[in-house]
Amino acid sequence: MLSETFAFGDSAIHRLDPRLRVVFAGLLSILTAILNRFPAVIFAVFLALVLIGASRLPVRQVLARLAVVNGLVLFIWLILPWTFEGTPVVEIGPLVGSWEGIRLCALITLKSNAIILALIALVATMPVATLGYALHHLHLPDKLVYLLLMTYRYIFVIETEYQQLARATRIRCFKPGTNLHTYKTYAYMVGMLFVRASARAQRVHQAMVCRGFSGKFYCLHEFAFKSSDWAWSSAMGISLIVLGGLEWAPIV
Amino acid sequence: MHISEGVLSAPVLAGGAAFAVAGIAVGLKKLDNNRIPQAGILAAAFFVASLVHVPIGPSSMHLILNGIVGLLMGWAAFPVIAVALVLQAILFQFGGITSLGVNTIIMAGPAVLGYYLFTPFIARGHTTAMAGAFACGFTAVLVSALIAAAALMLTGEAFLEVSAALVAAHIVVMIIEGIITMFCVAFLKKVQPSMLSIG
Repeated sequence: MLSETFAFGDSAIHRLDPRLRVVFAGLLSILTAILNRFPAVIFAVFLALVLIGASRLPVRQVLARLAVVNGLVLFIWLILPWTFEGTPVVEIGPLVGSWEGIRLCALITLKSNAIILALIALVATMPVATLGYALHHLHLPDKLVYLLLMTYRYIFVIETEYQQLARATRIRCFKPGTNLHTYKTYAYMVGMLFVRASARAQRVHQAMVCRGFSGKFYCLHEFAFKSSDWAWSSAMGISLIVLGGLEWAPIV
Repeated sequence: MHISEGVLSAPVLAGGAAFAVAGIAVGLKKLDNNRIPQAGILAAAFFVASLVHVPIGPSSMHLILNGIVGLLMGWAAFPVIAVALVLQAILFQFGGITSLGVNTIIMAGPAVLGYYLFTPFIARGHTTAMAGAFACGFTAVLVSALIAAAALMLTGEAFLEVSAALVAAHIVVMIIEGIITMFCVAFLKKVQPSMLSIG
């Protein structure tokens, strides 16, 4: 089932102004993505861990998410060290692992996890509706924000509808396997999901028009920037400067 | 198909983001305010459908469906897919903020391409429509894999083998996506043909 695992909680991060969290998550992610030096990358991981600690999320669930996310990273580890030209360090049969390849893989792994951890701590800790309002206040195009809010509102409804279809196939003894019948069944289920979604969309739109929808959503949510937000934003600003300094300061 | 955070170089990420913003702008321009509920709820359906796992041998794969998204939504596929990726990032952390642009291009680019290349076939007779739908599902995943490979290659030549392996690993996915798209289009043509002409 779909759920917003990390969205609700009571911590310093959960109480921060969502706009500040979105902006800082964006800046930190972009900066981390372009880092190349190990001290800077390790500092980025450290920052992400501090944020996770401050958000007091269940460690086990965070680790479970990271495990899934590291799929492509693992794929890169399986190939890159053996194909990257450089100083050989490991030899397994005909395969020669190069120091440069391993270094690149380690860099990618640390950066990837730092960015995802920061995303979990800063953005996944707010309900998507709040994110929509925050993006609205940050002047993203109206239509995109409406689309996000509308999609978010209905994923849970449509998921229930899919479960209903899946249950109906199970009752009729459908056993998925690698055959054409299985793919045909899934294709029809997906098709039915679209047909029902489209019919639902018409009803929803008519109901919205009845209630005066004129193509515009009104955002009633106001955010307040508190003194604790100022404190956090200065700490965040300093940490970004330190991170930039570790990357671009000349080595002495 | 997602490229993880922290893999691509800054110019590739920036280029991906710029193209994605352009595509989203075109898509939003073509999306009338009154069609937002329709687009939003269909986007929710695509989001849910892409969580469906179908078996291949001892393993399983999740559906991608960007071919059908293209056929149903046209240019609106760009904002719809971007929104779905944002939701995936927040709810499951598949992908993050910096790779959002590149991943939008990987998924939505082929969707729009499929819309232009294969819509004429879908309107024709049964056999032509089926062949067109299969080709649409197959090509969408193929082009996605090629764009992902290109993004990796532009980051560094060291990624040549990783890119090749990525495309090769998706060949079975292409065939299955083609089959699913084919049956799904056949179903929609029988049940709700009007859906296939919106765009």
